[in-house]
Amino acid sequence: MDFSFTEEQSMLRDTVASYLADNYDFDKRRAALAKAPNWRPDVWKAFAEELGILGAPFSEELGGLGGGPIENMVVMEELGKALVVEPYLPTVVIGGGFLKHSGYAGAADLIGGIIGGQNIFAFAYAEPQGRYNLADLTTTAKKDGAGYVLNGHKAVVIGAPYATHFIVTARTAGGQRDAQGVSVFLVERGAAGVSTRDYPTVDGFLASEVYFENVSLGADALIGPADNGLPLVEKVVDEAIAATCAEACGVLRRLQEGTVEYTKQRKQFGVPISSFQVLQHRMVDMFINLEQSISMTYMATIKLSDDAERSKAASAAKVQIGKACKFVGEQAIQLHGGMGMTDEMAIGHYFKRATMIASAFGSVDHHLSRYEFLSLGQAA
Amino acid sequence: MNLDFTPEENAFREEVRAFIRDNYPAELRKAQDEGRQLTKEEYLLWHKVLAKKGWVAPGWPKELGGTGWTPTQKYIWSEETAKADCLPILPFGMSMLAPVIYTFGTDEQKKKFLPDIYNGDIWWCQGYSEPGAGSDLASLKTKAERITADDGKEYYIVNGQKTWTTLGQYADWGFFLVRTDPDAKPQSGISFLLIDMKTPGIEVRRITTLEGGHEVNDVFLDNVKVPVENRIFHENQGWTCAKALLAHERTGIAGVARSKRNLEKLRKIASTERSDAGGSLIGDAFFRRKVAELEIDLTALEFTELRTLAGESSGKGPGPESSILKIKGTEIQQRLQELALEAVGHYGAPFLRDLRGSNLGVGPEYADGLAGEYFNGRKTSIYGGSNEIQRNIIAKMVLGL
Ligand SMILES: Cc1cc2nc3c(=O)[nH]c(=O)nc-3n(C[C@H](O)[C@H](O)[C@H](O)COP(=O)(O)OP(=O)(O)OC[C@H]3O[C@@H](n4cnc5c(N)ncnc54)[C@H](O)[C@@H]3O)c2cc1C
Ligand SMILES: Cc1cc2nc3c(=O)[nH]c(=O)nc-3n(C[C@H](O)[C@H](O)[C@H](O)COP(=O)(O)OP(=O)(O)OC[C@H]3O[C@@H](n4cnc5c(N)ncnc54)[C@H](O)[C@@H]3O)c2cc1C
Repeated sequence: MDFSFTEEQSMLRDTVASYLADNYDFDKRRAALAKAPNWRPDVWKAFAEELGILGAPFSEELGGLGGGPIENMVVMEELGKALVVEPYLPTVVIGGGFLKHSGYAGAADLIGGIIGGQNIFAFAYAEPQGRYNLADLTTTAKKDGAGYVLNGHKAVVIGAPYATHFIVTARTAGGQRDAQGVSVFLVERGAAGVSTRDYPTVDGFLASEVYFENVSLGADALIGPADNGLPLVEKVVDEAIAATCAEACGVLRRLQEGTVEYTKQRKQFGVPISSFQVLQHRMVDMFINLEQSISMTYMATIKLSDDAERSKAASAAKVQIGKACKFVGEQAIQLHGGMGMTDEMAIGHYFKRATMIASAFGSVDHHLSRYEFLSLGQAA
Repeated sequence: MNLDFTPEENAFREEVRAFIRDNYPAELRKAQDEGRQLTKEEYLLWHKVLAKKGWVAPGWPKELGGTGWTPTQKYIWSEETAKADCLPILPFGMSMLAPVIYTFGTDEQKKKFLPDIYNGDIWWCQGYSEPGAGSDLASLKTKAERITADDGKEYYIVNGQKTWTTLGQYADWGFFLVRTDPDAKPQSGISFLLIDMKTPGIEVRRITTLEGGHEVNDVFLDNVKVPVENRIFHENQGWTCAKALLAHERTGIAGVARSKRNLEKLRKIASTERSDAGGSLIGDAFFRRKVAELEIDLTALEFTELRTLAGESSGKGPGPESSILKIKGTEIQQRLQELALEAVGHYGAPFLRDLRGSNLGVGPEYADGLAGEYFNGRKTSIYGGSNEIQRNIIAKMVLGL
């Protein structure tokens, strides 16, 4: 049993942390998000060229650092601490995950482009009617000669406005919510018939509604098996959940530490408000939530390679993280009083991100249900 | 004990309904539906309609323009206006300041200020909190020194900073707590001043709240000259006025009628939204249980409020127990906002406020702005005496701890 990090992993963490400390403080972030292009291509370039972190979970023969899920976890936690909006999750974790696990023929080239910073992925999976059900798909890919024709509408695709490639889930057979008949496609941004409606999100990211209208895809657009793509989707989404949990740990840590710091220096009734026992206990509960979240993130990350336990572990972690994001986020604002309500202070921005993470890839209810099913079987 | 309405009360309900239906300003309805920030004029449209009808100040004594309604009629009124989604009457003049003026003011002050409050001709803001004085309001530092000016009249010269001043950007006048005796005990050296916001030396600066709105402000006062006759009650006894005002701030804070209305909205959203299994979300076992629990909580609050109202009509003022209404009322409001956001799933994320008109059609219309409401709603457990302070009050005043 060993929960320590290797020297390489610790170095990776330090590299990311010190770069972000120098280049991604709260004021710089805010200024950049407020003006076009509303994200920071320069930071992405630095991730690729200066830090080399876009290769963290890829093998050395593909040009990566030879890491895996733990490396993703280390990077994501640091990105969470700085509220980074650049697309490590959709590109490296999700795009990279699909390419690695599918045995896709063009994977090596595409991963090279990810590591180099040229290829940016967005994951177009959710649909307006589908809630968190990955199989609930009205987007269709109809066989057309050797290839397919894609039609549909994907909802709130994070990072889509500047993505070069979309990973799209679509129905190639079966009924709207059937587990069978799901396939995964790679669609280039410039393909004829792809359009987006772009907007910011409440936590400072960019996203789009993505529309596919009779988009012609070659046979080589298919990632993974035809009609039986759902297990691949679930595997990659479980990896994305673990990575999102790691991001949440960074966010939660900032919320918890920031609140302790603030209450120590804020005085009312002639004393620091941190001296009120009711606030002390609240902060202790915030701290317990953080620690439990870290534990569950480690657990889920380690179990990503265990196909029998993976999904249960990811859902369990997401339940813990979802609850912690709500409790810690809300209490951080409450304990800051009026100051917590201002746009000027970072704490509110961490709260907003925590709120969005709570429902990312499924709410607490969704993952409780999934956990119940995997652990206890079908309800009577 | 009974819960029935009399035939007269039912007739009153019909009258209120009809009046709202026939007189609620259409342009205000439209602005509310669009969900945008209202203009100063729009805020006051409904107020003016009610002032003309004589229904704008149900809480005031009858001889000053109050309606003379029974507690049950007031309850029906708040229920019907909430059901019809009428804009609440701004509380600053109507329900915070006016009771202080008619309880502590001189006849001249009553004559000068109450009619404008009644008619909605003057917009008031509340200048209590300071950067260093929030929960510990009595530690406020804004200072007022009394001088005799060249014109032979007496003035206060006010210096300091107020903060979190709600809608101060629109205010014509403000009521302020200022320190007139720096040597007395904190509570004993405070005076209650009415200040014309156009007086030289006042600067109002925007504070942007976390969801992006402009609702609160900093107010800087630099050698602001205030005539002594604008002081309410005795010098150094402003805390007495302030405490009376805080009690009025608490009544109605439960927001039961409005929460009922928002619960209806939540039920509608959850009937339209789909669950993971494809049925309606309101049919989802987890979600429906949360809605049911919230309904039960709201029912408990409603009956606690009714008991408080009944106590008031039998002559007992709102006691410190009314802190229960503040705590539970705000917790329920926040829970409603949280569940509405949860109900819309992915479509809680888009931030469309700045794109209105150019980027409509992203997700269902009812989802737009729900995240902002949830974020903004965190204020309710902070202001009006934070929920921690309310618990302190119950512990101290009710439980004797
Ligand atoms: C949106 C908004 C609108 C407002 N509008 C107005 C307005 O129009 N006019 C006006 O004058 N003010 C207004 N306020 C100010 C409001 O009343 C104060 O924010 C409130 O009194 C809390 O003070 P504070 O923000 O300084 O927080 P603090 O007093 O610093 O409190 C910080 C935290 O410490 C806790 N705390 C403090 N003391 C204790 C204690 N003794 N025991 C346990 N916990 C404690 C609080 O509950 C809170 O969680 C507004 C505030 C907001 C957020
Ligand atoms: C805009 C705004 C709205 C608010 N709304 C409400 C509200 O609706 N309801 C509400 O109850 N509160 C409200 N508050 C909080 C309110 O200001 C007081 O904090 C609260 O009412 C406590 O008052 P009290 O009479 O119990 O204590 P007070 O006797 O006023 O004393 C306040 C605190 O100071 C201490 N204290 C008393 N005497 C002294 C002394 N001589 N020296 C040092 N410390 C002393 C007390 O122990 C107590 O902790 C609001 C605050 C603001 C800024």
